[in-house]
Amino acid sequence: MTLHLLTVILLTFLVISALAIARMRELFPMVMLTGLYSLCSACLFMVLDAVDVAMTEAAVGAGVTTVLMLAALALTGGREKPAARKRTLMALGVTLATGAALVYATLDMPYFAAAATPVQQHPITAHYLYTMPVEIGVPNVVSAVLAGYRGYDTLGETTVIFTAAIAVLMLLGTRQRKAMRPVNDNSILRVVAQLLAPVILLFALYVQFHGDYGPGGGFQAGVLFAAAILLFGLVCGLDAAHAIMRPNLIRIMAAAGVLVYGGTGVATMLLGGQYLDYDVLAHDSVQGQHLGIMLVEFGVGLTVTATMVGLFAVFAARGSWRG
Amino acid sequence: MIWLIDAASWLLLVAGALLSVIGAIGIHRMPDFYTRMHAASVTDTAGMALIMGGLLLQSPNFAVAIRILMIVAFLVLTSPTATHALARAALDDGLRPWLRPGDKR
Repeated sequence: MTLHLLTVILLTFLVISALAIARMRELFPMVMLTGLYSLCSACLFMVLDAVDVAMTEAAVGAGVTTVLMLAALALTGGREKPAARKRTLMALGVTLATGAALVYATLDMPYFAAAATPVQQHPITAHYLYTMPVEIGVPNVVSAVLAGYRGYDTLGETTVIFTAAIAVLMLLGTRQRKAMRPVNDNSILRVVAQLLAPVILLFALYVQFHGDYGPGGGFQAGVLFAAAILLFGLVCGLDAAHAIMRPNLIRIMAAAGVLVYGGTGVATMLLGGQYLDYDVLAHDSVQGQHLGIMLVEFGVGLTVTATMVGLFAVFAARGSWRG
Repeated sequence: MIWLIDAASWLLLVAGALLSVIGAIGIHRMPDFYTRMHAASVTDTAGMALIMGGLLLQSPNFAVAIRILMIVAFLVLTSPTATHALARAALDDGLRPWLRPGDKR
């Protein structure tokens, strides 16, 4: 009952913030509200017991994306350009039609937590839940599915992130114009940022290497790492952030992550297994699975960290904005 | 003995919730940015501390208690800093504090 109430309240917040965003003309509060929207979504994921997703949503949606959007705003303008009346009507029509179609589609969806659904009854669910502890033997089923059973998917996702990084770097270039200045003489922010950043980095390391046992893994750890460096860069300036992670290192890390992931697959092939079949990595298959999952999660973490920090650095290097 | 802890915990939780509501009302009623931030700080500090104190009394074991204390430490560190940064940014941007009509500086 309490959970239902919580879900309803959070969903109401989501709708309210979405409506507020739609009604606004100033882009700056819009960005702030999208952060709030993400935070509500993260809470909602938490209520649904999807802690892995909630962590990513909180760090990316409410943290990194907000910073990147603000960076983009600093390069463009702060106000929405009014669109022509005819076009807004057309957009309204398209939106209403899509919305109606989506609402119609939800009528076919099973009720929340209904037992008689394909997701619950398909044999693969039972396999993940009951055979996985014997086959792979890690307590966190999400990690086992993500990096083990569906390793190809995750390799694809990592490659997508890497490709996005390359695309943005090519579009915006690495040319330094007017680098972001640090927040002027604000020692309070500086001290707190320097106090918090190491703690966040430590937590990121925990999330990275504890992903087999609890919620976490490469994606979550990567964005947490990036969040710490972004926080440091925002307060102490881009040059200080680059002193920790040089632009070259960022580029090498982004590529190295995908290389580690793909290389693990090639290694399993060389050892006589199939691509990304971790069984052959160690003397017994469960050990091999553990090693393989750890390696590919590490690769994911590298690429995600480098991509997030790289995007921030590219934006911050172009605008003459203060954090 | 257990009812005493429960009562104390409830007292803290209700007081914290009350202060949060007062903070929320203040955000709506105060005349300008700085005074609204002042109202929000009631929620941030006293409301947070009381609610966390109430939860601390409810914690079933040591591990949970430590986590709650860590959350408190994190909030004590971050929320004043965020408030400071916000006020500082507004002041740097040229936003003058509201004064009572007739008050001159």
